[in-house]
Amino acid sequence: MVSVSGEEEQQPFWSGRPVIDCDLHNEVPSLEALKPYLADHWCAYVEESAFRGPDADDYPKGAPTSIRPGLEWEGEVEEQLALMRKQVLDPLQVEFGLLDCSYRVQGVHDPELAAALSSAINRWQAEHWLDRDLRLRASIVAPTQNAVLAAREIDRWGADPRFVQAVMPVRSLIPYGNRIYDPIYEAAVRHDLVLGIQFGGAPGHPPTPSGWLSTYLEEYAAMAQVFQSQVTSLIVEGVFDRFPDLRVALIEAGCSWMPSLMWRLDKEWRGLRRDIPWVKRPPSDYIRQHIRLTLQPVDAPPSPGQLLEVIGQLDSDEMLMFATDHPHWHFDRLEEAFPTGLSESLARRVLAENARAFYRL
Amino acid sequence: MATAITSRQVPTGGKRSRLEVIDCDIHNIIPSNETLYKYLPERWRRHHQRFGLRGHLGGYYPRALMNAARHDAWPPSGLPAGSDLDFMRKQLLDAYDIRYGILNCLYGAGGQLNLEYGAALARAINDWQIADWLEPEPRLRASIIVPYEDGDLAAAEIDRVGDHPGFVQVLLLVRTNEPLGRPRYRKIYQAALRHQLPVGIHFGGAGAGPITGAGWPSHYIEDHGGMPQAFQAQVISLVCEGVFEQFPSLQVALVEGGFAWMAPLMWRLDHCWRKLPEEIPTLRHPPSTYVRRHFWFTTQPMEEPPQPRYFRQLLEHMDADDRMMFATDYPHWDFDSPENAVPAGLSLELRKKIMSENARSLYGLD
Repeated sequence: MVSVSGEEEQQPFWSGRPVIDCDLHNEVPSLEALKPYLADHWCAYVEESAFRGPDADDYPKGAPTSIRPGLEWEGEVEEQLALMRKQVLDPLQVEFGLLDCSYRVQGVHDPELAAALSSAINRWQAEHWLDRDLRLRASIVAPTQNAVLAAREIDRWGADPRFVQAVMPVRSLIPYGNRIYDPIYEAAVRHDLVLGIQFGGAPGHPPTPSGWLSTYLEEYAAMAQVFQSQVTSLIVEGVFDRFPDLRVALIEAGCSWMPSLMWRLDKEWRGLRRDIPWVKRPPSDYIRQHIRLTLQPVDAPPSPGQLLEVIGQLDSDEMLMFATDHPHWHFDRLEEAFPTGLSESLARRVLAENARAFYRL
Repeated sequence: MATAITSRQVPTGGKRSRLEVIDCDIHNIIPSNETLYKYLPERWRRHHQRFGLRGHLGGYYPRALMNAARHDAWPPSGLPAGSDLDFMRKQLLDAYDIRYGILNCLYGAGGQLNLEYGAALARAINDWQIADWLEPEPRLRASIIVPYEDGDLAAAEIDRVGDHPGFVQVLLLVRTNEPLGRPRYRKIYQAALRHQLPVGIHFGGAGAGPITGAGWPSHYIEDHGGMPQAFQAQVISLVCEGVFEQFPSLQVALVEGGFAWMAPLMWRLDHCWRKLPEEIPTLRHPPSTYVRRHFWFTTQPMEEPPQPRYFRQLLEHMDADDRMMFATDYPHWDFDSPENAVPAGLSLELRKKIMSENARSLYGLD
């Protein structure tokens, strides 16, 4: 973010550099869009029970963060895709754009319905998005609250090279380091897919260790702490020791908190590693090897120099992956979507090469 | 920089010149359930004997060491670590020549489901603190224990003992039933201000739900290492709910929460506020302004970046040189020694602020 820097590079950041956007939201407009892909039984259920979708509200429709101010839309696919092309894919000459569907099947308590919705969404993604724009890649939506059913859905799409990751919401019923999720990780590794952890989710318990916050703003801000809890869990509970090839992307998590978590976890590990003998290396090693962050929102400090310091504190050129988080609002002009002052080689890595390697694009 | 448990050094006076030390986090432990009997009225003494503590159960992670205490902090008297004043004098106050030490008793009164029982316990604990700690030892100060899930009961206890010169803050635990900006807690802040006391929020507590926003983890290291997430949630709530607009002179000490997360949290909150100001119209300034004006941090356990320059950057990003206060967390396993906890390379001026001056200012000590 350079909106406050007062400096401008002479060329826009995308000029002469490949760009991969790792976080584009494609939204299921309504259940109607999924009905063609749902069995008769589920269509009747939805009809009779007046089920309108998961009990989740990660992106309130009218909130300025959910959709850039000044945009009014109905959200039909044609409209979403046209806007995505106009605002991101075309002007940035995006080589690959990764769709990050946030339909919260994980908030549906009936696991069979959650699984049916997931399959429907993935078919809808393939037909309405991937078939229409060859630059797009997609995330497998799966009922990750039930690892066996989720693995089945991942297996269904794992051979389609256009699906490059499986996604789960950061707010879970039980943290993702727990062994109950192992079938999901086995499936991800089997198909060489990234596991994406997304902003949001509605597991039914409070979003903080201290209860329910009053406002969406607070919940948005506090989502970074849930990411911190998941990173801690994945490492401490040994996921990367059980699955050394697993790769995890944190999507729309913010980035600037990561160094402080690394320092804290390394210190915890030095003090308490006898409790978790399977964790053989400092947690920050696992983070740098297995975890990546999408860029927006950056949650940048007020001075660009301080942002460069924070990026330096990651001690890695590989962890950040460019993303606009379209159509969510984090910057006013495209020029502001990328930090200034990065070295040419780091800029190229963040804009495309880190994602290319991580997602095998 | 926690000293290794197995190789604890005897303080030597060291190469660095001795600075005055105020220790902002010492735990005085109630030696046994019977200790409180004489401070409890008959009705609650009976309850205490028959039913005992009942909070939100199911959140227990066995700690690395018994009572989370240093091996060598168990006194020869056979009492539990942290419960023997003579031994605490010898091992902590005298050994490190500590000018003032602030007691934070973590017995659990505030987390009781039976609120009246919690209030009775809080009264008993505070009376015990006066009799067994504050009166015999002039170097000690204490935090007022309150049943913080009930604003009226908590305020009554603050009013009862708030003017005792030995009490220097009101103590809350970070895992509360609701975020601390919610209206139910306002009477606590009001009462604290009536007695010119800061509010301390300490590591721990049982809350009313899982200890992460992602559910229950499996290991103590996630409980212990996850505490900064609870602190961040409380900062978000206190600032965004406008508590500091309502109480402009309220000061809040974050005790044993770490601090490396503070600058990134301020940046994130400021960005959120710029995008969604209409949701919290009571704020007249960016959230970071309130953080800088109202929060203080104790040092233990401090995050330890691998490079000294990262630590300097961290301090610059926080811009809170006047707000960091040294703490040992005695007698717990992750004790920080006054002699070597603060990283080398800080200016003498800053070390003085951290070791004593900031705490002196917050707690009004001479």
